[in-house]
Amino acid sequence: MADKSVAGADAIATKGWWKAHQWLILRRVSQLSILALFLLGPLAGVWIVKGNLAASMTLDLLPLTDPHVLLQSVLSGVVPELSAIAGVVIVIVFYLLVGGRVYCSWVCPVNMVTDTAAWLRRKLGIKAASQMARSTRYWMLGLTLVLPLVTGSLVWELFNPVSMLFRGIVFGMGMAWLLIVGVFLFDLFIVKNGWCGRLCPVGAFYSLLGTGSAIRIVAADRERCNDCMDCFVVCPEKQVIRPTLKGADKGVGPVILAANCTNCGRCIDVCAKDVFQFGTRFNNLMVNASGNPADDGKQHTVQP
Amino acid sequence: MSDSGDGKGKGVNRRQFLSQTLKTACGVGLMGMGLGFYAKQAESLPAMAIRPPGALPEKDFLGACIRCGLCVRDCPYDILSLGQLGDTVATGTPYFYARTDPCEMCEDIPCVVACPTNALDHGLTNINDARMGLAVLVDQETCIAFQGLRCEVCFNVCPIRGKAISLEYEHNVRSGKHARFLPIVHSDACTGCGLCEKACILEEAAIKIFPTHLAKGELGGHYRLGWKEKEKAGKSLVTPDVEHRYNLPEGVRYDLQGKGLIVEPEGQQPMPLPSNPLDRLNRGLENQ
Repeated sequence: MADKSVAGADAIATKGWWKAHQWLILRRVSQLSILALFLLGPLAGVWIVKGNLAASMTLDLLPLTDPHVLLQSVLSGVVPELSAIAGVVIVIVFYLLVGGRVYCSWVCPVNMVTDTAAWLRRKLGIKAASQMARSTRYWMLGLTLVLPLVTGSLVWELFNPVSMLFRGIVFGMGMAWLLIVGVFLFDLFIVKNGWCGRLCPVGAFYSLLGTGSAIRIVAADRERCNDCMDCFVVCPEKQVIRPTLKGADKGVGPVILAANCTNCGRCIDVCAKDVFQFGTRFNNLMVNASGNPADDGKQHTVQP
Repeated sequence: MSDSGDGKGKGVNRRQFLSQTLKTACGVGLMGMGLGFYAKQAESLPAMAIRPPGALPEKDFLGACIRCGLCVRDCPYDILSLGQLGDTVATGTPYFYARTDPCEMCEDIPCVVACPTNALDHGLTNINDARMGLAVLVDQETCIAFQGLRCEVCFNVCPIRGKAISLEYEHNVRSGKHARFLPIVHSDACTGCGLCEKACILEEAAIKIFPTHLAKGELGGHYRLGWKEKEKAGKSLVTPDVEHRYNLPEGVRYDLQGKGLIVEPEGQQPMPLPSNPLDRLNRGLENQ
């Protein structure tokens, strides 16, 4: 087994650096270009997109609204404008298609912060971790929805690091840097994948939104898995992998259906055996990608 | 590398499940309480921060505004900012400072049009109906118009000139021969745009925009101003007083409008008034 401080060393050796990082790089390109689109206006005077992730207007035509923020607003007793409702419908349909937590891995700027923390954690070999249930985020989500009901105001949005980082970059940070540094240090020293994987109510919301979403990671060639554990090392939600990857004998289909899979594709990158690929939930048959029935009831041997 | 924080699929017993759930619920609950109380403070708006036109009353505004900044982007004069963490304005909400960047009162009100949640009320279609705040001439001791100097800058820059701010002429007691031109704000027309505050020539403006709830007094609900009620009804609402009758001697009457006692002339010639007012009142009594 290769050095665990370099994720996917096997993959880099067999597939080359680019192939072992392509989804990661695509995600960074996606995150940064979304930011760049919003920054193009204030920095260069080219107004393609206005607003921020809470609500935006593209080319004075396409409204997009964050459903979690709008839901808080509605719970505080607001009837939104038609543009906000249209924006929310478009966003919901999009994430139903591509996967709810695609927001987390392909859009959210905090992902770059917490990914860096996780990377540094591996590099420094920090093992000690406080315990925190992954379900905490759903309690947090509940909290963000109860607070506007009780107070009539968007209390969570005063603190939300997700909206604050993006808005900060586009409109001015103020002291929000401190909050982001806090998230970084929390993930680095206190709880592994603490913010995105356990606490963030925005991610929790999008995971619920994406429970039935179409595009999924598929462990299509799971019989090729050589148990190198690289995917478990890099996966920010590693509890989603095992049931599927090791589920062939239990009759579990090859599609990772867990709502908290962020579709980040990092497992595809780091797998030297090309076990994973992008697919849809509708193809969750006990058949591998090459079309051969995998669930033939026989014991599978790992390919050399 | 096991996911020890998860607990799923590891055969959690009921005791573990309950204690884990309680732990999380308590933690999150406490946090919620903290956030809620801190939010109370964080949401207090400083008096100098003015919301854009059409903003709902502050309490409703904080529930409706989703902090998207679309109003900031669509303001052609770029006067709006979003509150940042550490500012005294609630994080992410739009405001402007009248002294540096007043509202230019665009006729098409683009900031309101941009708002996706009605936090800026789309019912506002005429900018003159906006009530962002109210201009108040807070300091007569420094306003140079009150010193008898000619200024009238606030009056002249006012977009609703003559209606929101009018000039009242008053005798200048100091010089004895000049007039003072005093700017007077009228709350029925002032939108709180802040152009007057920006234009005020003093180091520190003597006319300032205040949130309406700070600037305005309010009469008790039970008060009725008799003359206004009378005007509305077209007549007095109470039974008119029976005219008071003075028991005065013949040829003498009392004028209620300020002339006082009037002695009707006998024949055409008015009787000369005695110098002692008592004699005057008692006149006519000597004969009885």
